[in-house]
Amino acid sequence: MALNRRHFFKVLGVTGATLAIGKELKAIPGKGTSIEFSGVLYDSTRCAGCQTCESSCAEANGLPAPVGTIEAGVVRKTDESHRTVVNAFKSSKGEAFMKKQCMHCNEPACTAACLTQAMYKTKEGPVIWRGNKCMGCRYCMVSCPFDVPKFEYHSANPKIEKCNMCYSRLTEGKVPACVENCPAEALVFGKRRDLIKEARKRIVENPNQYFDHIYGEHEAGGTGFLSIAAVPFDELGLNTSLQSKSYPELSKGFLYSVPTIFVLWPAILLGIREATKTNQSNEEENE
Amino acid sequence: MSNINFAVAKDNDGKSIWKFLSGELKPRGKFLTPFNIISIPVIALGLIIIIIRFWKGLGAVTNLTQEVPWGLWIGFDVVTGVAFAGGAYVLTFMVYILNMQKYHSIVRITVLNGFLAYVFYAGALLLDLGRPWNVINPIIGNSFGTSSVLFLVAWHFLLYMIAQLIEFSPAVAEWLGAKRARKILSGMTIAAVIFGITLSTLHQSGLGALYLMAKDKIHPLWYSEFIPVLFFVSSVFAGLSMVIFEGSISNRVFANQISEKNHKAHNSIISGLSKICAVAMFAYFFLHVLIFVHGKRWDLLNTPMGYWYLLEMFGFVLLPMMLFFYGYRRNNILLIKVAAILTMLGVILNRLNVTVIGFRWDAAIRYVPTWMELVVTLTVIFTEIWIFRWVINRMPVLRESPSWVHDKD
Repeated sequence: MALNRRHFFKVLGVTGATLAIGKELKAIPGKGTSIEFSGVLYDSTRCAGCQTCESSCAEANGLPAPVGTIEAGVVRKTDESHRTVVNAFKSSKGEAFMKKQCMHCNEPACTAACLTQAMYKTKEGPVIWRGNKCMGCRYCMVSCPFDVPKFEYHSANPKIEKCNMCYSRLTEGKVPACVENCPAEALVFGKRRDLIKEARKRIVENPNQYFDHIYGEHEAGGTGFLSIAAVPFDELGLNTSLQSKSYPELSKGFLYSVPTIFVLWPAILLGIREATKTNQSNEEENE
Repeated sequence: MSNINFAVAKDNDGKSIWKFLSGELKPRGKFLTPFNIISIPVIALGLIIIIIRFWKGLGAVTNLTQEVPWGLWIGFDVVTGVAFAGGAYVLTFMVYILNMQKYHSIVRITVLNGFLAYVFYAGALLLDLGRPWNVINPIIGNSFGTSSVLFLVAWHFLLYMIAQLIEFSPAVAEWLGAKRARKILSGMTIAAVIFGITLSTLHQSGLGALYLMAKDKIHPLWYSEFIPVLFFVSSVFAGLSMVIFEGSISNRVFANQISEKNHKAHNSIISGLSKICAVAMFAYFFLHVLIFVHGKRWDLLNTPMGYWYLLEMFGFVLLPMMLFFYGYRRNNILLIKVAAILTMLGVILNRLNVTVIGFRWDAAIRYVPTWMELVVTLTVIFTEIWIFRWVINRMPVLRESPSWVHDKD
């Protein structure tokens, strides 16, 4: 029965590997309650649309200067050379601004999608991209519900560009460039838990000034980048129909079924094979 | 037939294996066939485009956007191609697990077809990678993204290719006249088959599971949490339709290699496969209806995308299903072949609807592939057919194995 033994080891090996998948999934920080992630709070009511965050981001990350000025109704997008943009919207309470960049989800779809751990949720909170691991498959772009990762299509050595919350500045003890340079103090850097408290305080203290919602508290399972504003967020170009479960949750069921199938299928198949064996086919086996 | 093989085997008992191999590498048969006349310029052009792609970046030859990062090369070459390669696991299941010996004569060609499909579609995946030099990261090293569905699919592609190579290897051994090796390799067949079926179950559905996280990007008529199940079930009839289609072409093109007995059995094989297709398609259609009704998607029907969905469901699932069934009852082979082609079109339609057409259906700028993406896709397919033909003309795939195989020793 050399054959069966060999097969057994194969199954054993792969089962081990797939069981490890299950473990890994559980290890994704859950709901941001037990781990103190850092984040940024953006207050749309304080933002003046001066674009200082855009230019300081470009400067800090060695990217080209921002293109175009803010004009209500014109939606500018982040791209492979601009990690953040601020847009103006004609809202029900007049002109209002909204900043776009990576949301730094608690359980990011991009890191769950990445098969090389190039997209990586650091323990401090920022989601960073590591070029030495990335193979450029762009599955992170397919998965990200906010369409954040951008790819350099016109390069032979393309990078994925996205905001990384100035991770290298954070490790030096500084705050992100956009936060440091914001003249209106519309951006605050801090622990996510404290930021939610601060956001809630502002909303409670000025109920007429704010729309009662913190965008990012529950969206996509919670994000590190939080926003508060005067009007509902769909007026500010944000997707308000995102699920409150995290996105990796969507493929978790499939991944959990993998070890089960890996254990059961070979056994069932061998069983059927034995059951359908006739005397005749016993003789001409393995033809 | 077996005489020629025997001669090859005897030749090989001598020392000059290299002479034998270099002789085998030379082209055989007529050179200026219609297929060659079409495929050679396409492949040449495709190679030039591939060079441009690696020199100037993906944007130089594709229409991919930041919103639609996966286009024809993933949606058709990989996702659709792998569905069509599903025939290999279905047939090995029928022959080695269910003991349906009737289908034994087409196992080898189907496994070869499946193996080459995987090699070339995994190759097409490399063309699409922005940083292909890092492709080994998920395989070796310390960068395992184990929570990724793509990680699972990548590993399964690799392992399944090995399993298929083992399943096919007795034919290579017969070609080389390696008797001992053949004995060892054919002893591994069952293990490879069982391993291969398990892998196929998981990565056929895994290709669908890739899109689970793109919940807000795929048109709701095509997105459901059951995409993996739908992809798996449809791979059964996609693969078998490909077997029927490819079989009826091979039967004509390589007629001189097929024994009288197998030639006669072919119609009965086709009609048997059509019954299986009909049943699998019924299950698939029923699943779609369940998902549709449970999702309360009636209001989506009366839209352009809704009509498109109805066309796919009725024109390319229900209609070929009935044709398969009718063709089986009436033993009408032509009807079955028509059904197989309709089914294949339907599978292409379905995979593209999930991956390209329905993906970001609401985007301001729709992704439409460039002619260069099409040429590269054709290059991949034509090159595969070239290798396929080369192997069939040399190894005992369609023809009988050399007589020494049946000698008891």
